[in-house]
Amino acid sequence: MNDDIGRSAILRRRFIEQVWLLLGREPKKPVEITARAQEVHELKRMTNKQDLQAMKAHVRAHARKSTRWRNRRWATLIAVNLLFVVSYHFDIQLLEGALTASRFAGFHLIDINSALQVMLAHKHIITNLLIGTGTVLVLWLMLGGRTFCSWVCPYHLVAEWAEKLHLWLAAKRLVTDQPIDRRMRTISWVAFAVLAAATGYTVFEAISPTGILSRALIYGAGLALLWVLALLVFEVFFVRRAWCRYACPIGLTYGAVGIFSPLRIKYSLESCFHEAECRKVCLVPHVLATVIKGRAVDTEVAIGPDCTRCGLCVDACPTGSLKFDIKGLSKLL
Amino acid sequence: MSGEGRQERSPAGGAPPRSRERRRQARRKLLRTILLAGGVLGGALSGYLPGLYAQKRRLRPPGALDEKDFLASCIKCGQCVQVCPVQAIRLADLVDGFGVGTPWIDAREQACDFSCDAVQCILACPTGALTYHKPQFLRVRPGARLSAKPILLAKEKDPEPTLNLAERIGVARLTRPESCLAIRGKGFRGPARGAAFEGRLRYMEVDRWKPIRVADHPYDAELCDLCVRACPIKGAISIETVFAPDGARRKSPVVHEACVGCGTCEMICPTSPASIEVIPGEGWRA
Repeated sequence: MNDDIGRSAILRRRFIEQVWLLLGREPKKPVEITARAQEVHELKRMTNKQDLQAMKAHVRAHARKSTRWRNRRWATLIAVNLLFVVSYHFDIQLLEGALTASRFAGFHLIDINSALQVMLAHKHIITNLLIGTGTVLVLWLMLGGRTFCSWVCPYHLVAEWAEKLHLWLAAKRLVTDQPIDRRMRTISWVAFAVLAAATGYTVFEAISPTGILSRALIYGAGLALLWVLALLVFEVFFVRRAWCRYACPIGLTYGAVGIFSPLRIKYSLESCFHEAECRKVCLVPHVLATVIKGRAVDTEVAIGPDCTRCGLCVDACPTGSLKFDIKGLSKLL
Repeated sequence: MSGEGRQERSPAGGAPPRSRERRRQARRKLLRTILLAGGVLGGALSGYLPGLYAQKRRLRPPGALDEKDFLASCIKCGQCVQVCPVQAIRLADLVDGFGVGTPWIDAREQACDFSCDAVQCILACPTGALTYHKPQFLRVRPGARLSAKPILLAKEKDPEPTLNLAERIGVARLTRPESCLAIRGKGFRGPARGAAFEGRLRYMEVDRWKPIRVADHPYDAELCDLCVRACPIKGAISIETVFAPDGARRKSPVVHEACVGCGTCEMICPTSPASIEVIPGEGWRA
């Protein structure tokens, strides 16, 4: 009983810490760890090196390189964006509009970040705008907030391809990743909100690669794609995934939605060998700081709201310690 | 900057001085962050650059708010583009700055002739950037208010013949009277804009619901009055007898107060360049 109280306090602290991480704070060593987790950490420390190596080798031998979640995600992302295109060009009227705002079978869907920009700039909110934003808010509350980024945003996909090129060049020592302070995203979110309210222009929409790409796919290419290209070139040669990691306010907006979402990645401490395969592939490796040896505050830890639920870590983990999870569902079943 | 990082790695009791290398790295990271943030914000604010609005205004779809309010409220989704039966609406590109992705109409290529009857683009707009019901507190351009609801000729015999528009999006002007065929006393025969012209219009005598290519609908006018024939609004334009400066009697198209600024006259005008043009955002001056 007493232990339970301690545990919930520890988990609450972690929950709040994860929100700070979303805003750009760097992960810290946990102050307190539950008794159960402490025990597991202890046991792992006591296991002798040879046994551990043998176990690792055994698991490795059975692990299969998987791209299952990545394939599902790419298929979903392409399907959603293609539905916009097909709907317009064949006049099916199933999904009209673009990612900033659309109508699915007549129901308004409005991107939360674009809606926010319009509300701040225009300072007048009509019913349809409110309904559409509400619908999307509920949708992504259920689906995990930044799930939007990795499963829908077209820029995410092209940036993922650019990232492959960056990593290939980095392996050849032709480029190096130059990390940026993650607090920049929070600053840019605030800056764009203030700019919208102060200037009366939806300033961010002018450079949003999500909007630009979505419109280019549906209505045809334009010069605005040059800006997207510039971003990609910057990411290939200078800063790995610069836009998604350090700049995009959309990511922060949906991250905030994800704070309360039941759909997330769950980490199990017991089976983990702390090899950090997951952190190598992750867009937001700070959310996976918990997999570092001795860091997990509990035997099972929910990954925080900045996670885009892309599933690359689930694919990469050789021990199956990272899994998709819906809060409460495992208890129900 | 990376105060937390320092605490994290320093052993308990007394923080050791940071090594020169780490201080250098932190400084570089800060510099990079400032540069990237500056780049992103600078890129976004470059939307101010096009003084384009001052030089050449865009003709917005019907029901558009005043330009500044329009740019504030348009969410750049293109739903108006998708519902337009004559595909008059296109989306602006990067050169429009903050206007990137906003809808506009190139009336000379394809004007809005209200083929849809109900002004579909207004109905499709999710943010009220195109609207029937402009809130009281928003600006109305001088001369934009229509004195009466415009009567759509195609609906003239319907129980409700009007378009629910309160403001005009521009006004047609005979900008090149010297080239106007009517003023020169000339007629016009053939397809108004040549056989290759892709623009479409609704011809009630052909099909109320299916606009056809202007190229497929040749005209035969004793005295050119194509602008009057094509105008979808009742009483917006007519051919009148006017007196030229030298006192000679001439026939000329005259635009009236009912003009909503759709630009159909500009589209159909057979002279090149068009003798009559719609002036985007212009108000009515008696």
